[in-house]
Amino acid sequence: MPEITREQVAHLARLSRLALDDAELDGLAAQLDVILGAVAQISQVTDAADVPPTTHAVPVENVTRPDLVVASLDRDAVLAGAPAAEEGRFRVPRILEEDA
Amino acid sequence: MSDIIGMTAAQTAEAIAAKRISAVEVAQAHLDRIAAVDGAVHAFLHVDAEGALAQASRVDAAVADRDTPIGPLAGVPLAMKDVVVTKGVPTTAGSRILEGWVPPYDATISARLKAAGVVMLGKTNMDEFAMGSSTEHSAYGPTHNPWDLTRIPGGSGGGSAAALAAFQAPLAVGTDTGGSIRQPASVTGTVGVKPTYGGVSRYGLVAFSSSLDQAGPCARTVLDAALLHEAMAGHDPRDSTSIDAPVPPVVAAARQADVTGLRIGVVRELSGEGYETGVQERFDEAVELLQELGATVSEVSCPHFGYALPAYYLIAPSEASSNLARFDSVRYGLRVGDDGVNSLEQVMSITRAAGFGPEVKRRIILGTYALSSGYYDAYYGQAQKVRTLITRDFQAAFAQVDVLVSPASPGVAFPIGAKLDDPLAMYRQDLATIPSNLYGGPAMSLPVGLSEGLPVGLQVMAPTMRDELLYRVGGALEAALVDRWGHPLLDSVPELEV
Repeated sequence: MPEITREQVAHLARLSRLALDDAELDGLAAQLDVILGAVAQISQVTDAADVPPTTHAVPVENVTRPDLVVASLDRDAVLAGAPAAEEGRFRVPRILEEDA
Repeated sequence: MSDIIGMTAAQTAEAIAAKRISAVEVAQAHLDRIAAVDGAVHAFLHVDAEGALAQASRVDAAVADRDTPIGPLAGVPLAMKDVVVTKGVPTTAGSRILEGWVPPYDATISARLKAAGVVMLGKTNMDEFAMGSSTEHSAYGPTHNPWDLTRIPGGSGGGSAAALAAFQAPLAVGTDTGGSIRQPASVTGTVGVKPTYGGVSRYGLVAFSSSLDQAGPCARTVLDAALLHEAMAGHDPRDSTSIDAPVPPVVAAARQADVTGLRIGVVRELSGEGYETGVQERFDEAVELLQELGATVSEVSCPHFGYALPAYYLIAPSEASSNLARFDSVRYGLRVGDDGVNSLEQVMSITRAAGFGPEVKRRIILGTYALSSGYYDAYYGQAQKVRTLITRDFQAAFAQVDVLVSPASPGVAFPIGAKLDDPLAMYRQDLATIPSNLYGGPAMSLPVGLSEGLPVGLQVMAPTMRDELLYRVGGALEAALVDRWGHPLLDSVPELEV
């Protein structure tokens, strides 16, 4: 089992969009090491090799519905819960770089 | 303690329908109780007194008008876990990132219970996004176990369980991904049921691990749990994983409460190391009692159950890391760092770091690791295969016996703070409850006595869509135990009012 480094946790944090500070990264690296050490025991289940994976508890088929226009949530009611809204839309911080 | 708050849901509904008491009086008595004891218990994150009294008035009007039919739970107060979306009533899922959010829609179960005349008193405390076994991971502070206020009420649905044990409500809704209904029931001396996966709609639940999450009933008696189960359950076109089949006859089974000839299997792997002696003793006594009541008891082996915990702690965080991507600071909830300079991606990252607590961050990182390329097959893929083997263990067991039993939780309620710095010790609280989530079958915890003065729960597990079997066993065992004790276990809960 590879030891989890702070750099690895920093990479995972970037992928997860979590701006963690150094103390959090160090703490998580140590904890992840312990947790992964414990959960890694599932590799001991040798009779799993030829077993199909279960993705869902109860077998379900894809569900479709008639393609009809139905009422959706009221726009203003939805936007009322947003951190920022403008002109009937969600307002977001800038997406493009200034020099792009 | 007033007589009203001591009544069961079944008794309350009957008294309201017979006009011996009004729904408004019932709601007010519970609101008064909450005002008196919730400072000590902290079961509620939000109390909706106005909404509760308005709904109770509607029920009273329906009772007065003989032409308006009322349901079997009309006028009965209920505490709703804060992971269930409620229109016009704040919903936080125990997280800072959703603080102040007022949903513009109702979860299917919220709408169904409202239509059934159930009176929602408020929203209950929980571990953030239902990740935890003690309710200490709530962003709004822990809930205290009414049996001993220095101890945890279990988790993640500790608020719902504590509200029942503190007589703040006769009914509560929980959700169970790895034991979040059953373990709190176990440590508070209440009844909690995880229905068959797909038996109750997930539409409007704040998602944690979608292939495992299931909402279910919490109550003080087996019959009350059955009544709530029936009111919540059933196919929902808005949840594509919801099962399109009749709801199992749970209320009839709770009333039947007969285990004569029923084959009960004791799971060998869910005992011994890790289980407290006092828990094991109460469990063994209850199994003996089931035998005296006419059940056939045998030992059953489920060899892969020992791997349920590691499989779960790979599958659930993986699904959570994906589900929680929705908290992006754009559509609802918190936004931090939007200073006109930071980019969208920076604002997202700052917001999520500020809005999520340590356990949620831990699980997102763990899930992201388990799903990353190079590790996927060894972790997530292998866990899904182990899930198949656990399902096969259940199927083999149910070829021999009708239901399986085990302790619901390996120990009694532990002191607040005792396991907070040891994630693995906290995760082991779910040893016995996780297998049913991975398999999808229904399971119940009901109180079978005290150890060190604290409640012990017995778990009953049944095949998928055979939820009624839980209630047959639970009903029979509860009746025999109350007979033996001379009163319900919760009569022994300490007086809380100061």
